[in-house]
This record gives sequence, C-alpha cells and structure tokens, in this order.
Amino acid sequence: MAQITAQNVSMSYEKKLVLEEVSFEVLQGDYLCIVGENGSGKTTLMKGILGLMPLKSGTIRFEEGVKINHIGYLPQQTVVQRDFPASVFEVVLSGCLNRIGMRPFYSGQEKSAAMKNLQKLGIENLKKKSYKELSGGQQQRVLLARALCATEKIVLLDEPAAGLDPIVTSELYRIIRELNQEGVSVIMISHDVKAAVENANKILHIGNSIEFFGLTEDYLSCEAGIRFLGQSQGDRFSIHKERRSKKGETDYA
Amino acid sequence: MLELIGELFSYSFILRALLVGMLVALCSALLGVSLVLKRYSMIGDGLSHVGFGALSVAMAMNLAPLQVSIPVVVAAAFLLLRISENSKIKGDAAIALIASSSIAIGVIVTSLTSGMNADVYNFLFGSILAMSQGDVFLSIILSIIVLLLFLFFYHKIFAVTFDENFAKATGTKVGIYNMMIALLTAVTIVVGMRIMGALLISSLIIFPALSSMRMFRSFRGVIIFSALLSIVCFFWGIVASYAFDTPAGASIVIVNLMAFGISSVIGLIPRS
Repeated sequence: MAQITAQNVSMSYEKKLVLEEVSFEVLQGDYLCIVGENGSGKTTLMKGILGLMPLKSGTIRFEEGVKINHIGYLPQQTVVQRDFPASVFEVVLSGCLNRIGMRPFYSGQEKSAAMKNLQKLGIENLKKKSYKELSGGQQQRVLLARALCATEKIVLLDEPAAGLDPIVTSELYRIIRELNQEGVSVIMISHDVKAAVENANKILHIGNSIEFFGLTEDYLSCEAGIRFLGQSQGDRFSIHKERRSKKGETDYA
Repeated sequence: MLELIGELFSYSFILRALLVGMLVALCSALLGVSLVLKRYSMIGDGLSHVGFGALSVAMAMNLAPLQVSIPVVVAAAFLLLRISENSKIKGDAAIALIASSSIAIGVIVTSLTSGMNADVYNFLFGSILAMSQGDVFLSIILSIIVLLLFLFFYHKIFAVTFDENFAKATGTKVGIYNMMIALLTAVTIVVGMRIMGALLISSLIIFPALSSMRMFRSFRGVIIFSALLSIVCFFWGIVASYAFDTPAGASIVIVNLMAFGISSVIGLIPRS
C-alpha cells in the first residue's frame, strides 16, 4: 500500500507553471530521490506534498496511517536560522509541536521522544549546545532529529547535504540510510545524482514534467538516467557494482 | 541613592508610571525577541508612528486616546504583517511610507485644531504625566493579557519564530500565531507609547532582545534575561530621569543603550 500517492499534480510558482502532470507513489520503507536540473520544480513539488504551496490541479493523498501533519521535514537552511539563539534541545523538541495540540507545555513523553531522537543521531552530547555554534553537519543532524520528532513514518529532506564537505555528507547519507532501514520512508531532493542512485531504491526525475519514475536499477539504464548521470557505460556499471557492494555490507552489518 | 528612590515612591504619578511602564517593558521585551529574530523590528517602529497619528486624531476630536488608537494600530499591524510577508512589495519601504504618512497626518490634524503644543511634544517623546487613572487601569489589564497569551503560546511562538515552514508543514497554524504576535505588539506599543513617546517606544522592543542575544545562547535564556533586563532598565531610566531632571523616555533609552554596550562587551568574552 502506498503512503503517499500523487496523481497528475500540476503546480505553478509566481504564475509560471513549474510542474505538469506529475504522478508517483511512495510505499512504506521507500527511499525516493527526487532529481532534476535547477528550476525543474523539485522544491515546489516538496512544498506541495507538505501543503506549504497550493496545487493547481491533481491530488496528493496520504494513506497507511500517514497524516499530513505528521511528516518530518528538513528544509533547506534559511539565513535567519543561522544566528538564532536556541539550544539544540529546544530545536529538537519543537518537532513535537504537532503532538501537543492546545496544551501550552511539553509533557515528559515529548521530552523523552526528543531525547530518543538525539541519541538516535548520536548528538545527545550536544543537547545543551547553542544551535548556531554547531558545524553545518551537526546542524543538519539536529534538524533531522527534529524532523523525526514530528514523525516516525516518513521524512522529506530538501538538499540535506547542501554546503557540507564530502566526509560529513557521506556521514549524513549513512545516517539517512540507517533510518530508512529502520522502516522510515525517505523522500529526498538531491543535487548529487551519483549519491542518489547509490542510496535510493526509487528515483523521480523531473524537468517540469516527469522524465522518469521508477526503480533505481531501471533509471540507470533509461535514457533520462544515462543523460543526467552524464557517464559512460563503464562508469555506470561501476556505480551498479558499488551499489551492490554497499547493499552487501549493510546486510551483514 | 536610597533616599532618592524613597522620594520617588512618594509621588503617586511616578508610581503609576513605574507600574504601567514596567509591565509594558516586560511585554515588549518578550515580544521583541520574536520580532527581532523574525526581522520584523521595523514593524514595531512603524506601528508607533501610526500610533502617533491615531493619538493626535483622537485628541483633536476629544475622544479617549487608548480606545481609539488601539484598534487603529491593530489594523495597521495586520496590514504591515501582510506587506512584510508579501515579497512582491518591498516591506521596509512600505513601512517607512506608512510611518511618515501617519506622523504627517497627526501633525496636520493637531496644528489645525489645537495648534502645535505641548501635547504633540508629549506624544513624540513621552511623558510620565500622561496617564489618567482610567488609562492606568486599562493598561494594566492589557499588559496582563499580553503576558498570559505569551506564556500560554510560548512553544508555538518559538516554533513559528525559528522555522515558519517547518511549523506550517507539521500542522501549526502559522498565520494565526503571526497575527497574534502582531496584535500583542500593537497593544503593547499603544500602551507604552504614552510614557515612552512614539519616537522612542520601539527601543523597548529592540534593545532588550539585542542585549540579551549578545550573552545568551538558548531561546529561553534570551527571553528570560531580556524580560529582566527590560524591567531593570526601565526602573533605572525613571530614577535617572528624576535625578537629572531629564525626559523619562529618552533616559530609559539611554540606560538601555548602556546595557547593550555592557552586554556586547560581556558577549565578547570567550567561554569554555
């Protein structure tokens, strides 16, 4: 059963049509990467899923116990956040806001959920640190922990690795992979197509309309995939192999 | 010094100004943190100018000042909020436009009716004599409502201030809280404007938040310290104004400025 089903979604941004007739679905446990050129409507689509921007036409349905307000979201960082005085715990706890309804304060239950997610991401030692003094990679982990407080089922990530160095990036991808293996569905916008095909089991390639949607294996051999990866036959096989070996590793781990 | 403070407390009009002023200082410091972090400081400034216009018109027409200016400023707050959220219009320019127009309207109305007099001066720079018994009563009630709402929605205000998109995506009614912040700010500004003056009231919103952000790294720390600092600065501002015979509003701003200087220096000290 699908957790999210999008049917013929069209969206416009400042009166310009940026998405046309996009359909896809996300199953429980999927790791879906959304790829495409700049301005192809990736972020717009994500905002549509989250209800931050209106759809022009089409529908997005949530099923399998996923509720619109119980989706974890890791936005692209805004400038305002960077100098914001907030402790790591305050930021992570704010992810639980959708659980408290009209209650003015958090209960022990929400606080322990926040602690659990800090531990899950290995940042419980940063709990009292100031968010703005953390490195980029640490900040992303904090925001990921916050996203997990809002959901246990599905997280949407908008370019989580933007601005991070390669080592921190691969560390972040490892964490996201682990979350996915624990059963959290992942939808991620990525600039890094190579990393996308290494990690995701499904690819949604958009260029204002759908260029490809399906399994990663098929993407590697379809026309859009070959063009976008911009690589020769040989390289493609090496990615295949890398991917296989990564899968092997995690199976044993 | 103690003698001076004792003397101060013997005047009932000073006591009244202190009571209302410290409540307003508290409210504006709490709201100020959110406004400064959301880059809405200019809204506070713009609203105080609108307040001046409304106050002048109310006085010219012999209407109760608070009862007229509160709805007008609240309406202006919603308008300014909408303008700031709409990226197509340049928010800061629009605020400057509305602010100077309001001042102009206020000045014209006053000069056509009672003529430019001490009233205008008091509206612009504040006076601790301005408050009647009824004003004091209304001001205290309004301040307490602002405080309670702020406490009740503290966590929501944090979430909306820190990351509006995330809050919205996870189901928080962001628009309502933004409107609430604007509404509370409008009420606080109108109430505080009588003492601080239209030109100086925004300092109560901006200074404590900025000073506190130099020294504290958590949102709660910043909120609590800016509330305390604001009350302390207000008190010493009134004391200084009495001791040196300077205008109250300006004295309070100067004390806040000194506190900002000290906080900045303390903030430079590296910590382990």
